Amino acid sequence: MSVDTATVAKIAALARLKVSEAEIAAMVPELNGILAWVEQLGEVDVTGVEPMTAVIENKLRLREDVIDADPLTGGGKRDDVLANAPAAEHGFFGVPKVIE
Amino acid sequence: MTDVTELGVAAIREGVAKGDFTAVEVAEAFNANVAAAQQALNAFIVPTPEKAVEAAQAVDAARAAGKPLGKMAGVPIGMKDLFATRGIQTTAASHILEGFKPEYESTVSQKLWDAGAGMLGKLNLDQFAMGSSNETSYFGNVISPWRRNDGGNAALAPGGSSGGSSAAVAARLAPAATGTDTGGSIRQPAAFTGISGIKPTYGRCSRWGVVAFASSLDQAGPMARDVRDCAIMLEAMAGFDPKDSTSLDLPVPDWEAALSGDLTGKKVGIPREYRLDGMDEEVAKSWDQGIAWLKDAGAEIVEISLPHTKYALPTYYIIAPAEASSNLARYDGVRYGLRDLPDGAGLQDMYAATRAAGFGPEVKRRILIGTYVLSAGFYDAYYTQAQKVRALISRDFKEAWAHCDVILAPTTPSASFALGEKSADPLEMYLNDVFSVPASLAGLPAMSVPAGLNAEGLPLGLQIIGKPFDEQGVLNAGLAIESRAQFSAKPEKWW
Repeated sequence: MSVDTATVAKIAALARLKVSEAEIAAMVPELNGILAWVEQLGEVDVTGVEPMTAVIENKLRLREDVIDADPLTGGGKRDDVLANAPAAEHGFFGVPKVIE
Repeated sequence: MTDVTELGVAAIREGVAKGDFTAVEVAEAFNANVAAAQQALNAFIVPTPEKAVEAAQAVDAARAAGKPLGKMAGVPIGMKDLFATRGIQTTAASHILEGFKPEYESTVSQKLWDAGAGMLGKLNLDQFAMGSSNETSYFGNVISPWRRNDGGNAALAPGGSSGGSSAAVAARLAPAATGTDTGGSIRQPAAFTGISGIKPTYGRCSRWGVVAFASSLDQAGPMARDVRDCAIMLEAMAGFDPKDSTSLDLPVPDWEAALSGDLTGKKVGIPREYRLDGMDEEVAKSWDQGIAWLKDAGAEIVEISLPHTKYALPTYYIIAPAEASSNLARYDGVRYGLRDLPDGAGLQDMYAATRAAGFGPEVKRRILIGTYVLSAGFYDAYYTQAQKVRALISRDFKEAWAHCDVILAPTTPSASFALGEKSADPLEMYLNDVFSVPASLAGLPAMSVPAGLNAEGLPLGLQIIGKPFDEQGVLNAGLAIESRAQFSAKPEKWW
């Protein structure tokens, strides 16, 4: 499989990356080089092999269903959460108008 | 008086505890080295001399008051700028996080401060830890303190992604530093700069507060001058953290106390697939030397096979970008970091403009690859296939453990290279991780220790890979090599 300029433009749109036509043109051969190289995985016989999602066996835990069980990650942190926002307004994240 | 910047973690801790020098003297000596090298090496993004002194004052006060001192008491360290540090800019070497000052502290850095360490500054790295030469940082390349002995002054790569960490430790700007390893980012830079570094078993060190690259692979670990220092610092960094769902709920062993370079009764596996065609002769020679050293330490050498080795890199370069494209979706110009809002732009345009302005070329390349391999119609062919091959790579190791206790291999296929030498071709750069990636994919503990210098006068590293949870076995084999290699070379000061 290989990508063309239209595919790269589509992936960039999916990834929310603004790219110029020149950047797309430069990326097509680079991505194709990488994709051609990773395609060798297709030759591996994986019959009966389960896809690996966790390398070290571990049970996923649930935290206790208690408010503020860990105060560090609990609630009441509005100002901390907003402290680095590029446009915090009235206690909210500000964004450009989304409804016409 | 002793030049304290020539001392490592154990010696500084001991000297401070005995009163040979104060922690503040140590912090100030390293602060001076950091400042003097900043222009030439660019190892730090933000030096924090006041933090180092503040922590040192607390240690000196605790000692004066007769209070017990922590494992890292009086030891100033460099903190890779991938760890969130409260109130101190944390960027992952990216423009998109420039100016970001976390309101919280990463678990690993907090543990180090609790153990009495102080922070010399935030270390430069490859942007979002994506790179093998520290040439992708928004804040400029890190320059290795090492130079070839050919009289030329070519600027060399300190390795990546923990290139600021490796350069700082090798140049005596810090006795130790934190690193993170996704596909070799602790071991490869350690090998390039003649220092030691260990990536523990996946889950040993909490990922909470570490800027995420590829979550199923990312592991923090120490980088220091020798094996003992790595053991001490890893003890301080490791431990169960309920805030990381993949954190291992296991006690932290006393690795330092159990260090032993006697490998009698141990079997060391030599993977035949790592002996590549056209392998660098000096790397092959150093590997043979390592085998002889471990034999001398009492180990039995056995040949083993890891049949899926050649598929490790392509597997990694599907899985890591896939996870990265997902993890990096959070940088949207809304909650923190950069916002680029072109005139009249809507929300979607703002996202795209912000991310275009905030990410460097390598990061964009990996986001695009990751997005592609996860996209509808390609997911199974690429991503699911890679996850299956990953299972086979992991199984190779499991089968090898029936025949050996640790595995010995080179850390990298070559010594450090000049900046710019490999950056034109992303694939060539990726191939530098050929020996380090398999252990990452299998979540295994692995370390690099210096083995010697090549004919160009540059360090070469040897890698030890261990069973899950057997950091001790890895450290012990590392110690056996260290005590025989007697590596004492250091870069001649030119900065």
